[in-house]
Amino acid sequence: MSTDTMAVDSLELKPGIAGFMDDWGSDQRAFKGVPWGKAMMWIFLVSDTFIFGCFLASYMTVRMSTLDPWPVPSEVFALSFGGAPIPLILIAIMTFVLITSSGTMALAVNYGYRKNKWVTFWLLFATALLGATFVGMQVFEWSKLILEEGVRPWGNPMGAAQFGSVFFMVTGFHGFHVSIGVIFLFIFSYKVARGHLDDQTPGWFTKRGGNYEEIEVLGLYWHFVDLVWVFIFAFFYLW
Amino acid sequence: MEHIAHDETSFVRPAEVGEMELYHAKTWLGKYVFSQDAKTIAIQYAATAIAIGMVALVLSWVMRLQLAWPNTFTFIDPAYYLQAVTMHGMIMVVYLLTALFLGGFGNYLIPLMVGARDMVFPWLNMISFWVYFTAVVLLAASFFVGGGSTGAGWTLYPPQAILPGTPGSETGILLMLASLAVFIIGFTMGGLNYVVTILQARTRGMTLMRMPLTVWGIFVATVLALFAFPALFVSAIMMSLDVLLGTSFFMPAIMTMGNEADHVGGNPLLFQHLFWFFGHPEVYIVALPAFGIVSDLISIHARKNIFGYRMMVWAIIIIGALSFVVWAHHMYVSGMNPYFGFFFATTTLIIAVPTALKVYNWVLTLWQGNIHLTIPMLFSIAFLLFFINGGMTGLFLGNASVSMPLSDTLFVVAHFHMVMAVAPVMVVCGAIYHWYPKITGRWYHEGMARFHFWVTFVGSYLVFLPMHYLGIMGVPRRYFEITGTSFLPDSAQTVNASITIAALVVGFAQLVFLYNLIFSAMKGQKAPGNPWNATSLEWQTEHTPPQHGNFGKELPCVYRWAYDFSVPGVEDDFIPQNVPPRSTTSEAAS
Repeated sequence: MSTDTMAVDSLELKPGIAGFMDDWGSDQRAFKGVPWGKAMMWIFLVSDTFIFGCFLASYMTVRMSTLDPWPVPSEVFALSFGGAPIPLILIAIMTFVLITSSGTMALAVNYGYRKNKWVTFWLLFATALLGATFVGMQVFEWSKLILEEGVRPWGNPMGAAQFGSVFFMVTGFHGFHVSIGVIFLFIFSYKVARGHLDDQTPGWFTKRGGNYEEIEVLGLYWHFVDLVWVFIFAFFYLW
Repeated sequence: MEHIAHDETSFVRPAEVGEMELYHAKTWLGKYVFSQDAKTIAIQYAATAIAIGMVALVLSWVMRLQLAWPNTFTFIDPAYYLQAVTMHGMIMVVYLLTALFLGGFGNYLIPLMVGARDMVFPWLNMISFWVYFTAVVLLAASFFVGGGSTGAGWTLYPPQAILPGTPGSETGILLMLASLAVFIIGFTMGGLNYVVTILQARTRGMTLMRMPLTVWGIFVATVLALFAFPALFVSAIMMSLDVLLGTSFFMPAIMTMGNEADHVGGNPLLFQHLFWFFGHPEVYIVALPAFGIVSDLISIHARKNIFGYRMMVWAIIIIGALSFVVWAHHMYVSGMNPYFGFFFATTTLIIAVPTALKVYNWVLTLWQGNIHLTIPMLFSIAFLLFFINGGMTGLFLGNASVSMPLSDTLFVVAHFHMVMAVAPVMVVCGAIYHWYPKITGRWYHEGMARFHFWVTFVGSYLVFLPMHYLGIMGVPRRYFEITGTSFLPDSAQTVNASITIAALVVGFAQLVFLYNLIFSAMKGQKAPGNPWNATSLEWQTEHTPPQHGNFGKELPCVYRWAYDFSVPGVEDDFIPQNVPPRSTTSEAAS
């Protein structure tokens, strides 16, 4: 968004509550120095928070409504290595991978603002690969549940039918978010590598000039997806 | 005599960002079909919404014919009747009013009123319309599939919505859920545009507290929609899974048609909570833009500043915030802890405070104003009457103990039609007439417009006022026919017939309206750029209708609020927002 590249430094912003009141009382922009894309992503993420909030609230409700016993997560989500089941081992690795990808993403944003093209590219690419790894492990987890444990959306041998329903729905919806993120990470790695953000090449659809601020917008989304995973992890695997 | 010559733009802060890049399409498709100009998108939104709204209007005739003369029209069977009820409600609330206020008026007016070249993400805006269009097509498709559209009532309560025996439980319900999900995706794209444009793309001098109330109403409504639609989205996904995969989110163990259904252990109340967590804010998603627009119409056509502008803004914000904590007042009879009922009754009644404040302010704006009884003003006054009437009955229904005996009677139907159907539609009509000269550059036919107003106004009262009495008598809503009841006198049926006649007449009057809009756009008298002597920026554009990019070479600077009408000591009775401070006083003349 080359329209937003105006020198933000020239704005003198007051700190604290007084500054907040000044900004919101002023003309043009309520969030001073915030590009449009970034403002949009923040608002979208609040909206998306409501979606995941509704999903998690529904999960808690159906878990309390059902009369059948809820399966024990530490037993369902255990993997056996050398005969001894290790509870939650796969989930631990998945969580580690996803949180690591947040780290590489944050670095990518930083190097992006320094216009360090190749470091940004490699960090974005690493983030995309880590995200893809996460999705791959989720595929493994799902297929194990479906093929070996016999868990189906409409029922399972361990207990309440809602266990499978809500698990597949919520982790599936989160996995969908991760997959979208991975696709955009690959697209932006390509754009960074080809120098589209340096040259402000018009976007394929929007026809607007590329900019390294877009990396930060993508980063916001990626961190959000990670944060949601932390909640899913706590509510599905630890409860 | 001293510093007159200085640059008037020094009254406002310098521009923080450069001009918006606009993509000017060269092909016919890019200009008129996949247009990225918010004004074209607005007209596309409005036309689609009104087209599907006409379908819903016809469906209301189906209902009324059956209720007035049961067993007369053989093409209306109980299933068809229930489908008409359902589709009428859903189309009117979501696909007509929400899309028209936010997608239609929002797209047209936000960039013009805040002084932006366009929405901040024009491409996303274009996609938003086409996703909405897809949702409408999906919805319309459900009329033609086997089993027809869903007949579950617009609230789509499970378990009945998806059990066999309910019309449309084969495919109709799935198409409805899919259409809603698609609508929400499309709306989110548009909604992000509206919010970011208002927050981040205002012109120089346009502070939030100088925005016309129209923008405020649409802004807060969009924020509500962005936070309320997720609940509907989630419940649509969950119910689709219940239908498609046989999950049991909303479905308890249940006997249907003598057989045990495959479901076990779900929670039907969960759906009601999710639905109304969306459904109540939805009322204000429709009402707040109407509040905002009507404030501007009243102020402009009474040549007087809006009474208590800041109060009006805060009332909109407070109503928006409160609308998220009142949802369970729709569920008094669903089986809820009475303490919850007490809580929700209390919050509901608190909403009456900011709402009443707005009504007082509208009336006080009219008070001693120079009222021009133009078409927009007539519709605004009609809005006030309907809204006050509907607000009063809201007090009955907000109190749990009074609400319970009135639940599911025509009293409820009368209430919500008064307050969130007819009242906003009055504003829609008034607003269309008001901005018609700007949008088309031509005048509507005054005589037809007056005919449309009086028939719609009087007719709508004749439709919905008697319904209150029927409701208090105990006539239930959604019933195909009521026979063999001892508590209803025969006159109830006569009232029903008279309501139907009024409804038919009002419906046909809308055809006059549409004819007027289409005919006048081609043959109407040429209109000047600012026929109402209004102050807000959309009337100050170089061209009428405004071109792509809205304003001329330079974006306007804003020096004042939008309500400088009849300012003492000024020759004209209005000062546009982009007129600098000194040029209106005698000082400038010297």
